[in-house]
Amino acid sequence: MVPTAYYLILAAMLFSIGIAAFLIKRNVITIFISIELMLNAVNLTFVAFAHMWHQVSGQIFVFFVMVVAAAEAAVGLAIILSIFRTRQTLNVDEIDLMKS
Amino acid sequence: MNPMPASYLWFIPLLPFAGFLINGTLGRRLPRAVVGTVALFFTALPAALVAWLWMTMCAAGAPSSIESVIRPSGYEWIAITGFHADFAFSVDALTLIMLGVVTGVGFLIHIYSVGYMGHEEGYWRFFAYLNLFMFFMSVLVLAANFLLLFVGWEGVGLCSYLLIGFYFKKTSAANAGKKAFIVNRIGDFGFLLAMFLLIAHFGSLGFTQVFSAIAQHPEWQDAQWITAIALLLVLGAAGKSAQIPLYIWLPDAMEGPTPVSALIHAATMVTAGVYMVARCHVLFNSTPAALSVVACIGAATALFAASIGMVQHDIKRVLAYSTISQLGYMFLACGVGAYAAGIFHLLTHSFFKALLFLAAGSVIHALSGEQDMRRMGGLRTRTPITFWTMSAGVFAIAGIPPFAGFFSKDEILYRTFTSTNPLHIVLWLIGLATAGMTSFYMFRLWFKTFFGEQRIEEHALLDQHGATVHARSTTTLTMVAEHDEDQGALPHGVHESPWIMLLPLCILALLSVAGGWIGIPAALGGNNGIERFLGPVFANGATGEAVALTTGHGLELALAAISVLVALGGFYIAYVFYYEKPGTAAALAERNRRAYNLVKNKYWVDEFYNASLITPLLMFTRGVLELIFERGVVDGSGKAAGATTRGFAWLARKQISGNIRSYAGWLAIGAAAVIAVMVFGNSLWGHL
Repeated sequence: MVPTAYYLILAAMLFSIGIAAFLIKRNVITIFISIELMLNAVNLTFVAFAHMWHQVSGQIFVFFVMVVAAAEAAVGLAIILSIFRTRQTLNVDEIDLMKS
Repeated sequence: MNPMPASYLWFIPLLPFAGFLINGTLGRRLPRAVVGTVALFFTALPAALVAWLWMTMCAAGAPSSIESVIRPSGYEWIAITGFHADFAFSVDALTLIMLGVVTGVGFLIHIYSVGYMGHEEGYWRFFAYLNLFMFFMSVLVLAANFLLLFVGWEGVGLCSYLLIGFYFKKTSAANAGKKAFIVNRIGDFGFLLAMFLLIAHFGSLGFTQVFSAIAQHPEWQDAQWITAIALLLVLGAAGKSAQIPLYIWLPDAMEGPTPVSALIHAATMVTAGVYMVARCHVLFNSTPAALSVVACIGAATALFAASIGMVQHDIKRVLAYSTISQLGYMFLACGVGAYAAGIFHLLTHSFFKALLFLAAGSVIHALSGEQDMRRMGGLRTRTPITFWTMSAGVFAIAGIPPFAGFFSKDEILYRTFTSTNPLHIVLWLIGLATAGMTSFYMFRLWFKTFFGEQRIEEHALLDQHGATVHARSTTTLTMVAEHDEDQGALPHGVHESPWIMLLPLCILALLSVAGGWIGIPAALGGNNGIERFLGPVFANGATGEAVALTTGHGLELALAAISVLVALGGFYIAYVFYYEKPGTAAALAERNRRAYNLVKNKYWVDEFYNASLITPLLMFTRGVLELIFERGVVDGSGKAAGATTRGFAWLARKQISGNIRSYAGWLAIGAAAVIAVMVFGNSLWGHL
């Protein structure tokens, strides 16, 4: 049986990659994907702990996260599409209307 | 006549205060006639109340029973452990005389002001200040404790400042106001210290408590702390009553309107110091050293100011130095223990000096603002009523019998001569010399102003114009206002003042003639009413009666004769110098140029104060306080605080870049920090 720590290390690596990508990348789609990556890293820790403590609530929480992530993906992609239509770019550095 | 209820006493100060509130808040929008009526009404009523009070008190029986402290419940002011003060008024013979002067002469001067100030801007402001002054002055003389007296004391100082600087657009007037205020501050500082010492030693500031405590402890005689209190009070009195070394503000105070000079700087406020010394006679009697200081200050001031007054050319300045000199007389009287004589002179002086100032104002008015006596002359026929009334004042102050000033001045000189003070002969000689000088400079003013040929050039047409305008103006307020409107700022020729100004002059002239008759000494067949009236107040200080009995009347008559001769001598010299041979004075001055210049420049006292006190003080302020403290410490700490905030703001501003990814980075760092604290924090805090 694989120790729980392995799952957690993997989850931490995925999460860190997600953060790094989120900070470094300029393309909105890539940033979006990196958010998904972080969410899934969290899901992995949930499942790992649920398995470790033999509690089902962690597994249920993962389903919630998946549902919310799916909804978020739908809304997010719609926003990205409309941004692209109005500004002809997906570079976040150029989407700076709020910058003073 | 029904006796006046004691609670009515409150109306004496409060009515003028109401007048001040009305004129001070609404006056700007009210027509002049209304402003004048309000001011007159709210000063006439207290005058009537005081008259009623006089009748009540005198009907109550012998003057010895005139003493009551009105202490209404619910008017407690300060009540802490070990100290207590409240809004208490007390009335005795001394207060009655002062109240009579303040409200009576004050009311007359208000009437005069309605005419005199008719042309001026800020009419409402003038009357608001004048009513405020009446309020504070009434509080000052009615107060039953030092603290309330000090309230009035400071209040009249404030009004004096406001009214000296009434023409505040003129730099010299604004500066004179400041000078008066600052010089008085030195005196008030002494007064404050004296009050602190009184609290420390008596635990009370009430006149009754303090004075009865001193009376019960004869062993306190000459105690150092009593002398200290007395000397500090003298410093306060010297500031307010313009005595050496703090007299310098009064001549400059003549920048104010003339009625103000008459009311505040001749008749009432400047006598507050004399009143205070007389009020504290129990305290002063127990310390002969301080009393001697009072006498010496008084005599020195009298002589010094009179000598300066002899060479001044500004008519108001002559009167100002004369006031200082006469106040010196009053101090001299108090200093030799003749408080009643001092108060008597205060009373007569308030009549004739107010008269002289108002008459001088009338002269200035007649000449459309000319104050230099070198440009006056021959006004006797042009302004006859002013001439006659002013003559009464001049004869009164010069000490010619039977005018008022003769009796009071003679009483002071006599009391000085017979006093137990070791210097009494010297003091008497100084007083006598001052009497001669007084007579000389007053008759000099009289001859220069009213006799000789007219020295002001005037346009015949303008003269006629002025005459017709004034022929139409009568004593009523509305007419004055109308006259003011069609007159505008046009210069007009030499003319007599309107009746509203002449009426107070006539009343004061009558008082200057007859006012002294209440104090005719026994030696001249009188009964010395004022001394008897004030007797109960100064009971434990009056040694004069005993002296009079032992020496008989011969000495008193001889001294009176000498002082009359001296006064006539002054008259004769002035007559020769300024009427018979007008060039004599100038020739004499030319021969003694150095002495003349010394006196002419007021002994360089102002310059001396400037060099010895003001310049070093200013240098210290500008060099040390401004450069090091103000710029370094105060501004520096402010700037440092500003710079620190700026620095932090600069750091904080770096975060708000508007770059989404940098926000996300901060977010990640923050989250990492939170996790780190949660994971490692426990073990870390556990060790602490």
